[in-house]
Amino acid sequence: MGVRSWFEGWPVYRQLTGTDPLGRGAAAKSDGSRALTARTDTADSMARSVCPYCAVGCGQRVFVKDGQVSQIEGDPDSPISRGRLCPKGSASKSLVTSPLRQTTVRYRRPYGTEWENLDLDTALNMIADRVLAARDETWEDVDAEGRPLNRTLGISSLGGATLDNEENYLIKKLFTAMGALQIENQARI
Amino acid sequence: MAEAHPVGFQWVMEAKRRGAKVFHVDPRFTRTSAVADSYLPIRAGTDIALLGGVVHYILDNELDFREYVVAYTNAATIVTEEYADTEDMHGLFSGFNDDNATYDQASWRYEGHPQDQTTRDSETQRETAAGLENESHGAPVGGETERDETLQHPRCVYQILKRHFARYTPEMVERVCGIPQEKFLELAHAWTENSGRDRTGMLVYSVGWTQHSVGVQYIRTGAIIQLLLGNVGRPGGGVMALRGHASIQGSTDIPTLFNLLPGYLPMPHHAEHPTLDKWVDSIAHPGQKGFWGNARTYGVNLLKAYWGDAATADNDYCYGYMPRMTGDHGTYQQVLDMIDGKIKGYFLLGQNPAVGSAHGRAQRLGMANLDWLVVRDLFMIESATFWQNAPEIETGEIVPERCRTEVFFLPAASHVEKEGTFTQTQRLLQWREKAVEPPGDARSELWFFYHLGRVIRERLATSTKPRDRALLDLTWDYPTHGPHAEPSAESVLREINGYDVATGRPLASFTEMKDDGSTVGGCWIYTGVYADGVNQAARRKPGSEQSLVAPEWGWAWPANRRILYNRASADPDGNPWSERKRYIWWDADKSEWTGYDVPDFEKTKPPSYRPAHDASGVAGIAGDDPFILQGDGKGWLYAPTGVLDGPMPTHYEPVESPVRNPLYRQQANPTRKVYTHPINTLNPSPPQEHSDVFPYVFTVSRLTEHHTAGAMSRNVSPLAELQPEMFVEVSPELAALRGLSHLGWAHLVTSRAAVEAKVLVTDRVTPLRVDGRIIHQVWLPYHFGFEGLVTGDSANDLFGITLDPNVLIQESKVGTCDVRPGRRPRGQDLVDLVVDYRRRSGNLVHRYPPMVTTDVADSSSDQEA
Repeated sequence: MGVRSWFEGWPVYRQLTGTDPLGRGAAAKSDGSRALTARTDTADSMARSVCPYCAVGCGQRVFVKDGQVSQIEGDPDSPISRGRLCPKGSASKSLVTSPLRQTTVRYRRPYGTEWENLDLDTALNMIADRVLAARDETWEDVDAEGRPLNRTLGISSLGGATLDNEENYLIKKLFTAMGALQIENQARI
Repeated sequence: MAEAHPVGFQWVMEAKRRGAKVFHVDPRFTRTSAVADSYLPIRAGTDIALLGGVVHYILDNELDFREYVVAYTNAATIVTEEYADTEDMHGLFSGFNDDNATYDQASWRYEGHPQDQTTRDSETQRETAAGLENESHGAPVGGETERDETLQHPRCVYQILKRHFARYTPEMVERVCGIPQEKFLELAHAWTENSGRDRTGMLVYSVGWTQHSVGVQYIRTGAIIQLLLGNVGRPGGGVMALRGHASIQGSTDIPTLFNLLPGYLPMPHHAEHPTLDKWVDSIAHPGQKGFWGNARTYGVNLLKAYWGDAATADNDYCYGYMPRMTGDHGTYQQVLDMIDGKIKGYFLLGQNPAVGSAHGRAQRLGMANLDWLVVRDLFMIESATFWQNAPEIETGEIVPERCRTEVFFLPAASHVEKEGTFTQTQRLLQWREKAVEPPGDARSELWFFYHLGRVIRERLATSTKPRDRALLDLTWDYPTHGPHAEPSAESVLREINGYDVATGRPLASFTEMKDDGSTVGGCWIYTGVYADGVNQAARRKPGSEQSLVAPEWGWAWPANRRILYNRASADPDGNPWSERKRYIWWDADKSEWTGYDVPDFEKTKPPSYRPAHDASGVAGIAGDDPFILQGDGKGWLYAPTGVLDGPMPTHYEPVESPVRNPLYRQQANPTRKVYTHPINTLNPSPPQEHSDVFPYVFTVSRLTEHHTAGAMSRNVSPLAELQPEMFVEVSPELAALRGLSHLGWAHLVTSRAAVEAKVLVTDRVTPLRVDGRIIHQVWLPYHFGFEGLVTGDSANDLFGITLDPNVLIQESKVGTCDVRPGRRPRGQDLVDLVVDYRRRSGNLVHRYPPMVTTDVADSSSDQEA
């Protein structure tokens, strides 16, 4: 290593002589950091998304490598958020990749003391059975004066404010056709 | 706002950099207060007194934007002489009915309007959360009113308002809210000074306003100020709700709510809406003016979207299939019904009521008394494991071997594992692209409900029961794709948008909808989001390449309009109020409205247009009436009908308060929704005895690092690490009074529960001098529960259940409690402690505060603290 290259290896020199007077970019790089590549550069794909926490609606860019989320960053194009994310939004990658996420169906039978495993298709069919049974047992055709009611008050639902419009649309449509009225979400709370 | 909506708060800081003054009103000094120009500590639950003080200040000093007020609000409208104000009746308005604690609103009507137009059954409205149907459906008032544009008539709205708020003086603000007069006057001065032709002021609120027994009236008071100052429909103005969940606006527009259908159409009521015609007429009010005149079109398009070919003119488009409300079917009524064994099955879809809803113990005991429960979430939340780990296990109130609830936990797909739209807090729809497949059994709600519907329809395929026709005739043929047969979200969005039945062409605007069954549209206010067959919500033109309005980023309902009622940004003649606040104006050369946004007005209706005497619907709106959904086209300073607890806001104390109302004999909202159920015990408040047993005020809110009931943050390690423990903020004065030490433990007790928390002694909460005495307030975060990486007692366990009468939202931003040093007792000792408090407060046998207290003198004799 010559004296010149040794001297140029000193960040302050580069900071004073180069294009990075604040020393927050190229001037501050070491050989090690110079060799690093951003995960956003090596991603296979990027999806334009929206933060799932509060309702400000900050833009997110979701980077994917080998079928896994490798990074989530604020979308600088968004006129709402201009690339910024708060502590929660910045933790979105930890949210979606959390080891605590449940990825299998769990079942607790009546009076049970432990969780059991259940196949998703079996669970779906068991739930359909219970919905139809509860509906039949609590169905109300008409009120005391013979006016139509067409409903069940035996089934309730809570949730929707964290879901997509398309999902809420199908939830409301199916429950309404089923006669289930007691459908609520966080907007009531 | 800096705490709970940090990235939105950057715009407040931008405004501050350009010279805006920022005021922060909060019981606790937060990160918002730290960067505000002025911070006003307030006693929780007294915002109407503060805002009423601002109304008083404006009217007393005649600081209103007079041209705007006369032209665009109902200030000049004359009210019938039958009306009597709270000034005359110790805090009640005329028309109060003691039997069912509701108002007959007939005496509030405009002069000359027939009585039968204004009377609807207030009790039914309260039970079905229909109190806001004036805003959502256009109130049933005729368009023609008697007016005095000099505003001098003693019964014009301006004078009524002035008299109603006469006692909301700076002295009274100080006495009620604990805000020093000079601080209040600084706020009132800045707000009024920054309004008018050249300037606008904005009001931002969140659930600190809505979660009260008089929450709707909080927002009404804010709206009155903004109307008086000309801050509605103009850039930089408005009353802005900052909502707290990614698509809580969307889940209100396309509601998973019991009383609404998509696009704010009401769910039919068994007595009021027996037929399609009656249902439609109750929304449109035949002969009435405004855009709700087309209600039939919106309704028929929804029914066609639901029941497709089966829905025809001959069968009233299958209106008969609709389930009917008979009363209150809201979430709190449901929980009490669960406890009483009336409900068999419960779905929880990304929601955790065991932590997030008021009265956690009631929530958990309700869930423990079901036949079955389906929980769909990312994480194993408290509402899925109550049978195993709830606090009630320790007290013996839930015993796993005796708890029959069958629980299905189904893992959900995250926001990056599915595609679809969120509607954010400014009505903006943004499409999310799917990044990856969900792991394992995790699925979207779209998948779950589509396939649940498919399986149910298959089971019923051969049914001949009439009740099953609605399911079998349902249009449920969404295309699916991928290994899991995921339904196409875009096909659902297309149905929401609507299309022409014959050609399949997506509709560009709800004005293209027909009421003859030839078009379909699932949510009329969203029509246009799929205009030209293009997913407009997916638009991502960079903000830097657009105007400040950024119309090509996402899509806002209605019609991609970013500011509602923006006709008001021009003067009555159609010219901008000022160059600085130019936004929408009338282009006389082209004979059309133009500007930076989509005009919220018929594009070619000139400012000079005057409706014919008998005109109704849209044609009835004059060229200078910006509030096109209102029956009279005006912004309402005074609500002649529709708001169930009064035509104008009035300060009532929270249901649980240590203070006798300093303003009126009437203590609390006389029309609040009360649940008399053994589990719903309430702390006594003046004029009841023993309110001194619970002498302190507590309030709750969010931390930046946590989200709501905690599932999406207490299970995420970086966030859990940042805020690892439940804590309570107390002032040094209260710490000394109650022997609390910093970083030690304390527990809070109400007549529902006792919860413990680490003590943070801090000046961020300050004792307030209220009506001659010191009131101590404490603050808690409400995010904690018994599952996740970090755990703690749930603050929401402390609350009872009392609701706002208009919207059935609970009062969970203020209550009374005792504060004690040390950890709470465990097991039976915990139950004994709470029972002892109830005994000491005289509430061992259930008592509820009286609804009306106008016969009790407003002395301080029963204030025992």
